[in-house]
Amino acid sequence: MPLQLLIEAVIAGVLLGCFYAAVSVGLSVAFGLLDVPHIAHPAFLVLGAYGAYLLGTYGIDPLLAGALLTPVFFLGGLGVYRFYHAVFERRSDAGLRGLAFFFGVAFIVEVALIVAFGVDQRMVEAAYIGKSLAIGELRLPIRMLVAFGVALLLTGTLALYLSHTFTGRAIKAVAQDQTALALMGADPVRVKQWAFGIATGTCALAGALLIIVQPVEPGLGRLYIGRTFCVAVLAGLGSMPGTLAAGLILGIAESIVLTSLGASWAPAVAFGLLLLVLAIRPAGLFGR
Amino acid sequence: MRDWLIFGIGAAALLAGAVVVTQTIENEYFFFASYVVLQFVVLATAWNILGGYAGYVNFGSAAFFAIGAYIAVALFKAFQAPLLAQLLAAMAVTGLMGFAVGALTMRLRGVFFSIATVAIAVICETLVVNWGFVGGARGTAILQPSAPPLFGSYTRMLFVAMALFAVLSVAIARYIETSWIGRGLRALRDSEEAAESLGVPTLKLKLFAATASGALMGLAGAPFALYMSFIEPTSAFSLNYAVSALAMPIVGGTGSWIGPVIGALLLGSVQQIVTVTVSSELNVLIVGLLLVAFVVAAPQGILGLLQRLFRSRGAK
Repeated sequence: MPLQLLIEAVIAGVLLGCFYAAVSVGLSVAFGLLDVPHIAHPAFLVLGAYGAYLLGTYGIDPLLAGALLTPVFFLGGLGVYRFYHAVFERRSDAGLRGLAFFFGVAFIVEVALIVAFGVDQRMVEAAYIGKSLAIGELRLPIRMLVAFGVALLLTGTLALYLSHTFTGRAIKAVAQDQTALALMGADPVRVKQWAFGIATGTCALAGALLIIVQPVEPGLGRLYIGRTFCVAVLAGLGSMPGTLAAGLILGIAESIVLTSLGASWAPAVAFGLLLLVLAIRPAGLFGR
Repeated sequence: MRDWLIFGIGAAALLAGAVVVTQTIENEYFFFASYVVLQFVVLATAWNILGGYAGYVNFGSAAFFAIGAYIAVALFKAFQAPLLAQLLAAMAVTGLMGFAVGALTMRLRGVFFSIATVAIAVICETLVVNWGFVGGARGTAILQPSAPPLFGSYTRMLFVAMALFAVLSVAIARYIETSWIGRGLRALRDSEEAAESLGVPTLKLKLFAATASGALMGLAGAPFALYMSFIEPTSAFSLNYAVSALAMPIVGGTGSWIGPVIGALLLGSVQQIVTVTVSSELNVLIVGLLLVAFVVAAPQGILGLLQRLFRSRGAK
């Protein structure tokens, strides 16, 4: 591959990678920190994308729509966790049944979207979609730059929140030792519920990014199971800097495969990388 | 031994019944629909060997199903191979895939194992989409050979074949369940460390269960292209197979071989009826809703509900 093409692929990969980090931070919290087998996370992302699409038909900017929907998703997340805890976690058979539960939820979301919107691809309109910025030979689509910026902001905010605020540290603590947290007088279930709410809340904004970056159809969630889990596992369960690094690795790898082998091979990259990580180092790059 | 005699007589009667209906029922659609239901019996039973007995949840059933179908198509297109050869080759390849999945269990458990199976499914789909010989993303049409003697149409013959596969896979599952293999699998499901320390050869058992499960799923998929006269990746790798293969045993009850059969017959029939009368989207939705409802409210499935019913009657 010529050097010029490689450089372009790497730059596109960096933009894509930050976007992948943004769609995966929620999973890093839910799966990485809370140990919830949240296989429905990508389905919630697609739901967020459709939310942005729906508000977009009223002329609302997708990013604003994502921000508006975040509290709604947050509340929804609280509800989902409450239910999950009451039915599965408390009876301590969360593993397999919880997994089947989330798999079913993901499937229901997908089919409900098909029933409501059909299988056609949907996209949003905004001033920054469709244009690109030219730097010398290089052309960068502005929608990718927007996604890159918002993704960095989202991941960075969450990282700061987890390491610098009282509640954020409590979330990290519940991931380390639930019993110890309970002995300190905090209710681990409420902390986890709050964290799961945040994880689901990020799906609204990340979903808006998703529909800015590419047209969305109900089945898209399945593809993102690989991408989000690849990033979350490679990150080393729950590490925010790790999530960003893992997103970049995946983004660059996918972008290089895209330019050298073609688009039809791209879906396998995330899953291939995921299998590789699972086989070689399940603890991830920044593992606990 | 007596149990097996009764089981054998029942199985033989069912198969004889299947042959008889091909001679008596005129409506071709009956065979078309029944084939699908029987195919789900095989798929659900196969899933349950690894998922129900050993507790390893496979989300990638569609991959085994589709690879089985595509191996058969490739052999058919390349050598006009007879059906039996197609079936055996499909089973061999998906059995090997199952073995590889079984090897994954050395390092991966729980969620990680399940996600790895999703990964395998997507990778297989990508490979097939890029495999030009069998049509790639566009798919390929397969002409059904002329109807064999004794049967009115090729679909009827496939219906009887699938009935045979269903009986065969249920017999295998029943054998595994009642033999020491099943006891070992159940032991490792509850605690792998404890089972291993008591001398249960956990790895061997897992490899065996994964191989058997994979081969049977491939067998369920192998006649798919001949049955549809057409195959393309999206429908062969449809998420519907992955969800059904897991939903049917869970709805029926994963503890016993009869559970997946009940689930598959029930859900499969409901799916066929809803597809015809309402819409195919709704039928998929029903499967998803039932899966979640049973996982939440009745984790032991219909079998568990029935047992509870009989037990409470006995207590009175």
